[in-house]
Amino acid sequence: MLKAIILIGGAQKGTRFRPLSLELPKPLFPVAGFPMVYHHIEACSRVPDIKEILLTGFYQPTDALVKFIQDTSKQFKIPIRYLQEYTSLGTAGGLYHFRDQILSGNPESFFVFNVDVCCDFPLEEMLEFHKSLPVNVKFTMLATQATKQQSVNYGCLVEDEETHEVRHYVEKPQTFVSSTINCGTYLFTPEIFQDIGEVFQKNQDAMFNGGLDNVGNGRDTIRLEQDILSPLAGTGKLFVYKTARFWSQIKSAGSAIYANRHYLELYGKYHPERLAENCDGGPKIIGDVFIHPTASVDHTATLGPNVTIGVNVHVGPGVRVRESMVLQGARLEDHCCVLNSIVGWNSTVGSWSRVEGTPCDPNPNAPFSKIEGDTLFKNDGRLNPSITILGSNVFVPAEIIILNSIVLPHKDISDSVKNQILL
Amino acid sequence: MKALILVGGYGTRLRPLTLNRPKPLVEFGNKPMILHQVEALVEAGVNHIILAVSYLSDMLEQALKAQEQKLNIKITMSHEEEPLGTAGPLALAKKLLKEGNEPFFVLNSDISCDFPFKAMIETHKKNGKEGLIVVTKVEEPSKYGVVIYDKTGRIERFVEKPQEFVSNKINAGLYIFSPAILDRIQLKPTSIEKEVFPNMAKDGELFAFELKGYWMDVGQPKDFLTGMCLYLTHLRSTTPEKLAKGDGIVGNVLVDPSAKIGKNCRIGPNVTIGPDVIVEDGVCIKRSTVLKGTTCKSHSWIESAIIGWKCTIGQWVRMENVSVLGEDVIVKDELYVNGGRILPHKSIGDSVAEPQIIM
Repeated sequence: MLKAIILIGGAQKGTRFRPLSLELPKPLFPVAGFPMVYHHIEACSRVPDIKEILLTGFYQPTDALVKFIQDTSKQFKIPIRYLQEYTSLGTAGGLYHFRDQILSGNPESFFVFNVDVCCDFPLEEMLEFHKSLPVNVKFTMLATQATKQQSVNYGCLVEDEETHEVRHYVEKPQTFVSSTINCGTYLFTPEIFQDIGEVFQKNQDAMFNGGLDNVGNGRDTIRLEQDILSPLAGTGKLFVYKTARFWSQIKSAGSAIYANRHYLELYGKYHPERLAENCDGGPKIIGDVFIHPTASVDHTATLGPNVTIGVNVHVGPGVRVRESMVLQGARLEDHCCVLNSIVGWNSTVGSWSRVEGTPCDPNPNAPFSKIEGDTLFKNDGRLNPSITILGSNVFVPAEIIILNSIVLPHKDISDSVKNQILL
Repeated sequence: MKALILVGGYGTRLRPLTLNRPKPLVEFGNKPMILHQVEALVEAGVNHIILAVSYLSDMLEQALKAQEQKLNIKITMSHEEEPLGTAGPLALAKKLLKEGNEPFFVLNSDISCDFPFKAMIETHKKNGKEGLIVVTKVEEPSKYGVVIYDKTGRIERFVEKPQEFVSNKINAGLYIFSPAILDRIQLKPTSIEKEVFPNMAKDGELFAFELKGYWMDVGQPKDFLTGMCLYLTHLRSTTPEKLAKGDGIVGNVLVDPSAKIGKNCRIGPNVTIGPDVIVEDGVCIKRSTVLKGTTCKSHSWIESAIIGWKCTIGQWVRMENVSVLGEDVIVKDELYVNGGRILPHKSIGDSVAEPQIIM
């Protein structure tokens, strides 16, 4: 039997996702109508051998998180547990700390996911590949292609074409190593804990012998990529399964919109019933659109492509929404226009107002191009034009424009805003 | 009685509207700018109007032929081969203006106001001097030429764009002169403000007439729109039946009878809608002029814009900040136009986020 572990991080991590993560833990942020981590769980549910899913992280177990886990566990009929780290233990430290729970029931292997990865996970194929490897101690890493320039922003690996072994692995190198990058998704046999255990011991001892290598981190913190996988490269235990399927990280709000678009596209393949269709008396639908059953959308509105309308959202007459996400409880009043934006929970966009952002999509001319991890500001100090975000409970009065701006929750707006962060 | 209207040049400040049409023919309050002046002059007893022109005079001539017949007056073109400034045209038309030996009006064609022509004739006769200049009070006199005059109305001097406050009365661009002034002007490029008036003032021959009511030089887009607001307010107090009323009409709005306005719109305040204009459902227009034959598609929001003839504004477009569109411009759906000046026959598919000229 198999298990799946999803690393969901904690409040100090994922700060680039603010202000959307100020009110709700990032893993619960809805992408294409469902919480980010729901998509991982759904992918796992398609692998019949996975018998338990464990979420590890250092968020406090809020009501939202607890309820989500209960509901989702019931829905997919698979046990799901949240194991809270006492402090940030790093991507491998948490695994090691909970190794007993992970190995209970003697799984032959277990998947490990990073929650801020958005992907059409090829889990069955990865499992078959893993099983076919001629060794017993095996750790498989999912990888994909990136452009040469962008590869240095990720973990880069060099693959042996014949054995599919990882000959070399380095996280975010300063010079070009390889355009094959780590997807942040793994399949380990239980022996991984020996390798992690050795590093753990070394760190603990170093604390007393002086010369702790993990500068700035606690001695209990172990990073999977740098501390475990890098040394494993070339030892005959680390392997790579390459995929050409869609893969992206969700680090910033802009990448959430991009992930939203791709998950909506995947619904066409796995869940066509989730996509809205044109019908008499209904709004005009263009391309992929998700409308939650509790939302009310006027029949004169035009939605899409790539739009998500959340729980209890009200979309008034003559409204236009394109390439955007509208979160739970928001109201879009008559004739307003929402483009390339995220409208936060319970916010209101007044009549005839325009909420517009600038898409930050990858270069469509370069295959395997990824979204840029752009900085918030340009070199001359001006705000980089990007997706417009309205935090929760933001009231946008009628007839104004919010362009390329970020508005923090509960902010009152009285006038048009362009290229600003409203604190 | 005669009048000389200084139409003059290329109207470059009102481009792109004036790229293929002379400025006097651009519709202000649903009537060609020049017609406001012509009709007011005729009502005061003028029966011969001379237009001092240098640009697209053929188009102007044709358009005014019809008016000649309708108003039963004579309209003559005085064509400048080279630009003659603000006084030169009087010398060019000297023969015509001296005929009949009576006072004549001279007007700047960009002026919109409650024309006081009858009162000007009376005051000029009473004064018995060479010239009467209309002056008006403005908030920022330093942008213009300021006029200093005494209690009797006798003008002492002019100060061009004063650096310090001297007066808030400026030259309104409307004059009435006796034919004697023509002896002071030679046929060459001459500025009446700089070269003729100061001498007349020294001779005590120039008097001021204070204008009551609104005044605006509508030669550039920002002032064109401000002038339109003042004009509509003027209509409200004189002939309110001309203004539109009904569902979706807010404040002072002028709508040509042939225009069509859809449901759930909000038009106004201060909007002029020209003939054959189609405004679809859910459109909001404020402080703007929409010229003949344009279509504004549904759910768009337009403020402070001058939209030229036969344009198409797409659905959910947002236009603001004194955007000016020339003839036959197409703005595609869902765009944002902020202070855009768009040349005729241009189709734009990208938003104009910051004020700029789109060629």
